[in-house]
Amino acid sequence: MKINLRSPDIVMKLSKLGSFHQSKLSFLRSFLKEFKDWTFKRDLFELNEFGYGTAVYSFKKNNRVYSLICFANKLDENERSDRVIATKWDAAFTLHDGVPTKKDIERLKNEVPKQEIGRLSYKELTLSRANKSVRVFNHVVESLSEGKQPDISLLSSVGYLYRTTAVYGSGKFGLADRFRIKDREEICGPFRLEMMLVYLVRQFTFDQVNHVAKNQNPKKAISLDLEICRNLGIGNSTGLGMAPFIVNHPTLLNNWVLARETILKEIREIKEVKKVDSDFFKKCLKKSIKNITSWTTESEYQQKKIRSLLSDLNNFITFMEKDFNFDNEFAFNEIYKWIEKNSGDECIEYIVSMMMEPYDQIVNPLIKKMSSEEEKYFNIPTNRTVLELKDILENRYKNILKIDFSKSENNQNFWFISKNKEEPRLADRFDEKGSELEQPLAIARDIKKLYEVLSVVKNSLTIDKFLLKNNHLRHVVRRAFIVEKFPYSEIQDNTISKSVVPIDMLRLKLSFFGALKFDPRSDKWLRICMFQGAPLPEQLKSYDDSWVYNSLN
Amino acid sequence: MKSFSEIDTVSKRASRAAGFDWGIAEEVGKNIRMLEMLGLPGIKNLNYYYKVRVKRNFEILNLISEENKSSQLEFCPIIAGVSFLDQVRSLENLNEIRFQSIAYPILFLPFVSRASEVIGKKIHLKIDKREFLLNYGNSIYSNALKNEITTIGNDITIKFIKNVDSFEEKEWKELYKLSENTFVEENESLKESGAGAGLTDND
Repeated sequence: MKINLRSPDIVMKLSKLGSFHQSKLSFLRSFLKEFKDWTFKRDLFELNEFGYGTAVYSFKKNNRVYSLICFANKLDENERSDRVIATKWDAAFTLHDGVPTKKDIERLKNEVPKQEIGRLSYKELTLSRANKSVRVFNHVVESLSEGKQPDISLLSSVGYLYRTTAVYGSGKFGLADRFRIKDREEICGPFRLEMMLVYLVRQFTFDQVNHVAKNQNPKKAISLDLEICRNLGIGNSTGLGMAPFIVNHPTLLNNWVLARETILKEIREIKEVKKVDSDFFKKCLKKSIKNITSWTTESEYQQKKIRSLLSDLNNFITFMEKDFNFDNEFAFNEIYKWIEKNSGDECIEYIVSMMMEPYDQIVNPLIKKMSSEEEKYFNIPTNRTVLELKDILENRYKNILKIDFSKSENNQNFWFISKNKEEPRLADRFDEKGSELEQPLAIARDIKKLYEVLSVVKNSLTIDKFLLKNNHLRHVVRRAFIVEKFPYSEIQDNTISKSVVPIDMLRLKLSFFGALKFDPRSDKWLRICMFQGAPLPEQLKSYDDSWVYNSLN
Repeated sequence: MKSFSEIDTVSKRASRAAGFDWGIAEEVGKNIRMLEMLGLPGIKNLNYYYKVRVKRNFEILNLISEENKSSQLEFCPIIAGVSFLDQVRSLENLNEIRFQSIAYPILFLPFVSRASEVIGKKIHLKIDKREFLLNYGNSIYSNALKNEITTIGNDITIKFIKNVDSFEEKEWKELYKLSENTFVEENESLKESGAGAGLTDND
């Protein structure tokens, strides 16, 4: 049986993208799988009794070494902020390409804690900073120093000791450009070095908390139980900085979503599902439920989504146990059709992620196809005609072309770059100043504009001639020709409407990262947890890819 | 050292701030990145051009022809470059294209380099006495690679180089003959067994 890929008109709606969950495709899982047989080492650990100082961790294989350099500094209570406007953090990190010399560490000690206003070199690959969850960190220090393990319920409710507030890569602030490293086999998947940084930071947080407790009470202190460590991740606060990324990297977005959709299609096309695979699917699904029941948030928007997810999942499990037989042909296709009919987007996308669990042989080849050479598709094919471009718009932007942008609610917001932090922001066009400096992120509006202009020129006109008078639409002409080749490269929604939920854009990206427990703090930023339940570096040799469902929380 | 990603982003934003449409600003970002990667003074020339542009006007060259003479003002290298890149497919059959007075011609150069990639032909670009051989957008060979600002190119010519071999047939044959020494002479048995279909590959 031939199953079609799901239509981009459905998949690329923001509400759908904002319901994606982690899966076997997620970057943090594929990173661990790739690095499981690398040698992990703590090369340097020079912290004072309060946990301030420098540490270096590395992954090594053959002649390749990646080193995380950590700088932990004293931070006054009133200086601690997760917001991007902060200028100081509890700790700052960089991932260095190779073994850093003493000179490198001295240089980086001056630059890394400054973050955006510091300068890195081509020898550094990623940059980040993090703040303690003071409540949890202090509780763990106190408990350990008194010879007791900390309160698990407190740890479970937060999920981490530290949370990062930004992770930078790809040439920012002088970091290495991607072209320098893109051909390395071990980092062929997207964001692999960002994932490595976060993973190694997680280990630093455990070492630091143990070190501080030990110094507080050398005779009595014990170390944090390894099983508790494994069940802690790294938090992350993420704001709008991430949102334009998915608009500005269309072919990359396509490759992520296309990989997911291709896998779903191939799984639905399996005629006879082996018992071992259906059992594994059921096992992962059931074990995963505690990741949802332990998912806490104060956001009513997210609470509603979690409630609906849980309720739909319970219905699905009942259906699966009472009314469904995996011996039927094309069983996963039947499951997909059932959830599509009976469940909301959160549950549909959750089950889609779960379906991938038994199928390494389908998933693994696609992981390697998730990167993109964006430059290859930059040039506009100016020998094409207006008619062809119109056809592309009519086929690829059906729903976008129906939007009436003369209505103020469809044109309510604008995206801009803030002067003080050079970060993307969203504001009300009619209430705030600055819309004349709008970023080219209102793709839906500009595509509609392009369509209107195309409608009144000759169909036979070539694009080079069309652009003579219409270069103001050049950025969307380029996109349309990209979308023609890459159907999942465009969000099929209006990113400037009154009703836009920007965190849906963040959620999409974070789900591909492999984040859990999305916790929206407003419609513009959220907190997440990464690597919760992941094996510790010393446990990687016996790596189990379904670790994400083995957490205690 | 600035990363090429920073060079691209800042050049794009500066171009938008200088008044170009976003789509053109995107082109400039990629171009300056290319110039800097190849060791040519992209940032220097762009910075000076945008400073001068505030005080002076430049002529817009939208439609490229065989002879492109500016009336009084120098041509804007960015608009001339975008036009050349967009129209190169309809220009490639011309023997030579001439431009009189393009301001800051180094900024025009990467458009021509990218055009070479688009049509799959090498392009010879001459800016007064300086010559550039643009190889399919991959590399630039030149007799003038100074890290300097060039405020004007008075006489600019572009020639499309036909896709022909750069060597004599005799030279090729000599080299080919030598390469044959890596081949194995097939006897009857090898002819039958060496290839998958043997001697009966008729369908």
